[in-house]
Amino acid sequence: MGRNTIELDIKVPNQTRYLSLIGRIGDALARELEEEGGGREVLADQLNVVLTEAMSNAILHAHDDDPDKTVHISLSISDHELCIRVFDQGRGFDLDAVGEPDDEGSEEHGRGLFIIRCMMDVVTYRRSKGFNVLEMWKKLR
Amino acid sequence: MEIAVTENSGVTILTPMNERLDAHNSDTMKGAMKESFEAGAKNVLVDLSHVRFIDSSGLGALVSGFKNSVSHRGRLTLSGLQEQVRSMFELTRLHRVFEIHEGLQDALASFSEGDVHG
Repeated sequence: MGRNTIELDIKVPNQTRYLSLIGRIGDALARELEEEGGGREVLADQLNVVLTEAMSNAILHAHDDDPDKTVHISLSISDHELCIRVFDQGRGFDLDAVGEPDDEGSEEHGRGLFIIRCMMDVVTYRRSKGFNVLEMWKKLR
Repeated sequence: MEIAVTENSGVTILTPMNERLDAHNSDTMKGAMKESFEAGAKNVLVDLSHVRFIDSSGLGALVSGFKNSVSHRGRLTLSGLQEQVRSMFELTRLHRVFEIHEGLQDALASFSEGDVHG
C-alpha cells in the first residue's frame, strides 16, 4: 500500500436507508484529495452518485431488497486512480447487455449502470469466490 | 421523506424537503405525484430547490410523474434544479423531456401564461 493510498472496506445491511451514508463517504473521500489536485467538487458528486447507484443495484436487484443480507463495498484511492468494488450474492447480470437509456425518456428504470459507465473509466462485472463483483476504475487527474 | 404540498392559483406545488432524492425515498415522490393527478390536479409543479442530490431512482420517479401527467391530460413542470441535479438531467438527456424552469416564480408564471390546463 502506497504512502498516499487510502483503503476502506465497508459492510452495511442490505437496506436503502444506508445509501446516503455510503454516498457521503465517497463525497468526503474525494474532498480529502483536494490538496493534491484541487477542484474536487465534480469528483465528489460523481463518487456520491456511483456509490449510490452501485449499492442500490446490489440491494434492490441482486439481493431482492432482503434486509437481512449484507452489501460489501471496498474503496481504494491512490494519487493516480481510484477503484470501487461492490460485492453481491445475486444471480448476476450481463453488463454488456445494458444499453443506453432511450431518447424519449419514457422508461422509469435502467439508467443506473449507464450513469456509472459515464462517470468511471473502466467498469466490469464478474464472478469471483462465490460473489459477483462490480468493479469500477477511474484515473485521477 | 417529507413532501410539502401547497396550492397556488390552480397549481399543485410538491416540494420534497430532503437533500437527497434516491432509491430510499423515490417511491414517496412517485406516490405524491400520482395522488395529485388522480385527485384531479391538472397542473403540478415539483419544486426541487431543496434537493442537492438525485440518483437514477429519483429521476425514474419523476419520469413516472411525467407519464401520469400525460395519461391524465395534465402538465408537470420542474423548478429549482441545483447543480448536481441539473447535470444528472443532462447526462441522461431527460432535460429534453421535462419542462424545466429556473425558479418557482418562473414556473408559476408559465402556468398563468394562458395555458393552464383544466
